[in-house]
Amino acid sequence: MLDDTDRRVLRLLQTDPQIPVADLAEAARIAPATCYKRLDRLREDGVLRATRTVIDWRALGFAVEVSLRITLDKTQSRAFDEIMAAAREIPEVLEIQTFLGRVDLRLSVLARDMAHYQQVYRDRILALPHITDIEALMQVATLKDVRTLPI
Amino acid sequence: MSVWDEMDYAILRALQEEAGLSSATLARRLGLSQPATWRRVKRLEEAGVIAGRELELDPAKLGFGVTVFLGVKLVTKGRVSLEDFERAVSAIPEVQQVSHVLGLYDYRLRVVARDIADFERVLRRRIMTLPGVGHVEANVLLSEERRAGPLMAG
Repeated sequence: MLDDTDRRVLRLLQTDPQIPVADLAEAARIAPATCYKRLDRLREDGVLRATRTVIDWRALGFAVEVSLRITLDKTQSRAFDEIMAAAREIPEVLEIQTFLGRVDLRLSVLARDMAHYQQVYRDRILALPHITDIEALMQVATLKDVRTLPI
Repeated sequence: MSVWDEMDYAILRALQEEAGLSSATLARRLGLSQPATWRRVKRLEEAGVIAGRELELDPAKLGFGVTVFLGVKLVTKGRVSLEDFERAVSAIPEVQQVSHVLGLYDYRLRVVARDIADFERVLRRRIMTLPGVGHVEANVLLSEERRAGPLMAG
């Protein structure tokens, strides 16, 4: 189980993932050795999964991001598995999410420009199986995008 | 024309999985010299492609069992200030993502909560009380995969 010290360590690490362990220990008011031990245990327990690099897709040349909300033909029992397998083959698909609600599946699609997006949409997205309806939300601006948890 | 090549993509793929890789390890994996690797990483950082580092925690193990995506439509645009709405919604700790979108909704929010009851509390007390909020649609996240996307080895 996690105690208050674990939570404090994670909170500090969330705000500064690159903080040296010595500084982290000091801020959390524990000994560096204790801090190392805690971090190891959090990793072993799978609480702390990884430190990832955040990529700015726009800076990489992908100016268009579209969120495609898809409704599936649920009379087909393999609909979810088959469309997800096919979506994994499309390099422009960045995220695949499934939902409970009005929307079944959401794909996040990146493209260099509108012409590229149109090509991906026509050639790859519309060819995906079991779709009954698609709604597109085009990203205008991202105001916040973090995975931090209110620990 | 893109200024980035396959090698830059390979570097980003590796760092996306593990931000803490040393340039020595990265160089060995990619079969590049260490100075060449370091120069490429530096260039990606300077161009803002590498935008930062982020901790990936297991939400369920920390007691956050529910993630909900909200589509929010604002009422009477023009009369409410978009900036006020954006500032207020971004300040809510349970709101992880705020996107201004074009289409059926004006904003797309990603909200994390302990359980459905906790989500309802956040929705009622924090989100529905924001200025200008009209129609809200909620979809509960069941599964999620983040792909390499355009970085996929071709």
